[in-house]
Amino acid sequence: MTEFSLDLALGAHDLGCERGGRQVFAGVAFRVSRGGALLITGPNGAGKSSLLRTIAGLVRAARGEIRLEGGDPDLGVGRQCHYFGHQDALKPSLTVAENLEFWRVYNRPTGLETIDALDTVGIGHLADLPAAYLSAGQRRRLALSRLLVSHRPVWLLDEPQSALDAASETRLAELMRAHRAIGGIIVAATHQPLLLDAPDTLRLAPVASPAPEVAA
Amino acid sequence: MSAISALFRRELSLATRAGGGALMGALFFLIVVTVIPFGVGPDMALLARIGPAILWIGALLATLLALDRLFQADRDDGSLDLIIMGEEPVELVVVVKCLAHWAATGLPLVIATPLLAVLMNMEPDAILAATATLAVGTPALTFLGAIGAALTVTLRRGGLLLAILVLPMTVPVLIFGVSATTAAVMEPAPFMTPFLILVALALFSMVIGPIAAGAALKHGLE
Repeated sequence: MTEFSLDLALGAHDLGCERGGRQVFAGVAFRVSRGGALLITGPNGAGKSSLLRTIAGLVRAARGEIRLEGGDPDLGVGRQCHYFGHQDALKPSLTVAENLEFWRVYNRPTGLETIDALDTVGIGHLADLPAAYLSAGQRRRLALSRLLVSHRPVWLLDEPQSALDAASETRLAELMRAHRAIGGIIVAATHQPLLLDAPDTLRLAPVASPAPEVAA
Repeated sequence: MSAISALFRRELSLATRAGGGALMGALFFLIVVTVIPFGVGPDMALLARIGPAILWIGALLATLLALDRLFQADRDDGSLDLIIMGEEPVELVVVVKCLAHWAATGLPLVIATPLLAVLMNMEPDAILAATATLAVGTPALTFLGAIGAALTVTLRRGGLLLAILVLPMTVPVLIFGVSATTAAVMEPAPFMTPFLILVALALFSMVIGPIAAGAALKHGLE
């Protein structure tokens, strides 16, 4: 395992996001250094997912900037992140191994071999099965294995433990610990306790917006 | 294997496996062209004259029919986010997806054309010309259609809107495709002039399509 750069740090400054003309969050600032973890909490609608998607570069920041120090300056921040969202990004007509193999090559094969990654998340015996036949938890684990086949310094996890059983949750915690041990950064949004050691916490409060006017 | 060839192979195997619908366009094309002689009646001369137009309109509709899932399938399952987060520029992703889509749905149309042209009582020269113009013209339709597919990617029922958006843009392709085919059998009219314009339109759409579709996709993700 190659380690990530020693001066790696993900920071944001005065970050604001608007979606559909509505301000989701504003004035968000954080800094996570090498091997660190940031836990984003807050009630529904506070903008946890929007913040992750903004870091991933999928949503344009209305204000502020996000920087990854010690990363590859030729790539944007988003392209050095793994995004593990609510959707599993699997194709039911491809087999488990084909699904993962595509992401491995597409995201640069810098991590584990396909079959080793499948074994790591405990679905190696299903490699030749079309993904259509997987259970929700198995789909989730296959999606998680995508983070292992390509090395990217930042993991953005959105409710990572949903649909996972207790054993898989422990496995997820081990994977996160291993990622941090080689210097990786984790940013996770959740409202359940996540098995993370000593994370920083960023609590997003819903932006006070004027009460909607009731049409007469 | 590079990221780009991995994407191409994935698109191709998704299109040709169960639920991919690669041959639906070709079957639709077959049925449209087969139905026309029943409507027109037993006038062989008329069929030969309108044959090129029928083939072209059939191919145009068949291409549009298959295009609405070009990006939407990937958007619905979250793949599109991750594909755009890859190191490849989004325009290149659009090019690769269009080429794979054309290989799976446009190429069968071109291959079926000589057979269907016989049904339309077309002369051998016209059959050859129709096949050549469709081979050049269907990629243009796919790349133009990609713009519509990218613009309607967030809409649940975008298929019809896609057709309405894209059809006006395909009019020049249709005009020069049909006129080149007709010119192949009409003595004084030159074949090469409209054919070369058709080639130019195809090249033009291959540049405009990915840039416009890429911009629409990036905007549509927000």
